[in-house]
Amino acid sequence: MRHAARSMLAALLLAPALATGAWAGSDDVVVENAWSRASIGTSRPGAAYMEVRNAGEEAVTLTGLQSDLAMVSEIHRVTTDDRGVSSMAPAGAIVIAPGETVAIAPGVMHVMLMQLQRPMREGESFPLTLNFSDGGEVPVPVPVLGIAARGPEG
Amino acid sequence: MRRRSVLGLGGGIAALGLTLLAGWWQVDGPGASGRTDEARPLPLTEMDFALIDHEGQPVGPETLVGRASLVFFGFTFCPAVCPTTLADVSGWLADLGEDAARLNVVFVTVDPARDDVKAMAEYVGYFDPAIRGWTGPEEQIARAVEGFRATYERVTTDDSYTMNHTSSVFLFDAEGRFVSTVDYHEPREFAVPKIRRAMGLETKRAT
Ligand SMILES: [Cu+2]
Repeated sequence: MRHAARSMLAALLLAPALATGAWAGSDDVVVENAWSRASIGTSRPGAAYMEVRNAGEEAVTLTGLQSDLAMVSEIHRVTTDDRGVSSMAPAGAIVIAPGETVAIAPGVMHVMLMQLQRPMREGESFPLTLNFSDGGEVPVPVPVLGIAARGPEG
Repeated sequence: MRRRSVLGLGGGIAALGLTLLAGWWQVDGPGASGRTDEARPLPLTEMDFALIDHEGQPVGPETLVGRASLVFFGFTFCPAVCPTTLADVSGWLADLGEDAARLNVVFVTVDPARDDVKAMAEYVGYFDPAIRGWTGPEEQIARAVEGFRATYERVTTDDSYTMNHTSSVFLFDAEGRFVSTVDYHEPREFAVPKIRRAMGLETKRAT
């Protein structure tokens, strides 16, 4: 329900961008080194990581993402305070300057996959779609590695 | 005149300023890197809590005395921070090689409502076999957290809840004295030398 409502809202907001044919920026986005950890069943949230590179000549804004694997997918930023307490919060829209790469990496950010619709099994992969403010969408296949994986190499 | 104002109202303001400065020093300033006495974990020998490990055995701080220990808090529904810590710890244990066999490694849940013995056993089973998972009654978890001068807090989400918690890895020597922490935002290559120091081993130069 919630997911559908969000998609509709996104479609409404993005309609003017589509109408003016402003697609250019996100065409030049390259996503590399995507990976995720296997889940134990579906009751726990999952997490995915990747590097998003803007190979173009104008800034792009990553506004959100979605996957049929999870009811809600969000980019979360992890912050650790001076007492060593870590917490996470939605990262909001992420502007990527020309030539820059944003690392959604352990310790910094993660794609939080909430309300998993099926288990994330090691060796499989799942589709994720990145949404940009110009209306562009970048599909990314995300490999599922073991629970103890530390990076895209495992 | 000047002297008098310092002794009077001015003195009070100066004292307040010093207090604020001291507060800043400890919270945000250079003093933040060193733990103040009240933030320093107790020696394991002065802690008092009774938990159960992932094999159903009774455990407590006394279980850890006699060997150096690496202890951290978390919960198995944790999407990113805890699996990252468990995966990092598994990597450090691999780097330690044979020496890892002389280290206690414990993951204590701060979410005993969901992390029973069975859940802990399944979860730690995916990581280095040296990692023990501890759970137990909520009030005993709270006593353990208090002894480590750590914190945790339940945060409600749309359809469930998550836990904010101290993500530092605590290191103790074989006598149970607190040695240092490996903090979550710290470069991970500092970890193995710190662990070796807690174990009383010479620290090799990074290759
Ligand atoms: Cu998250």
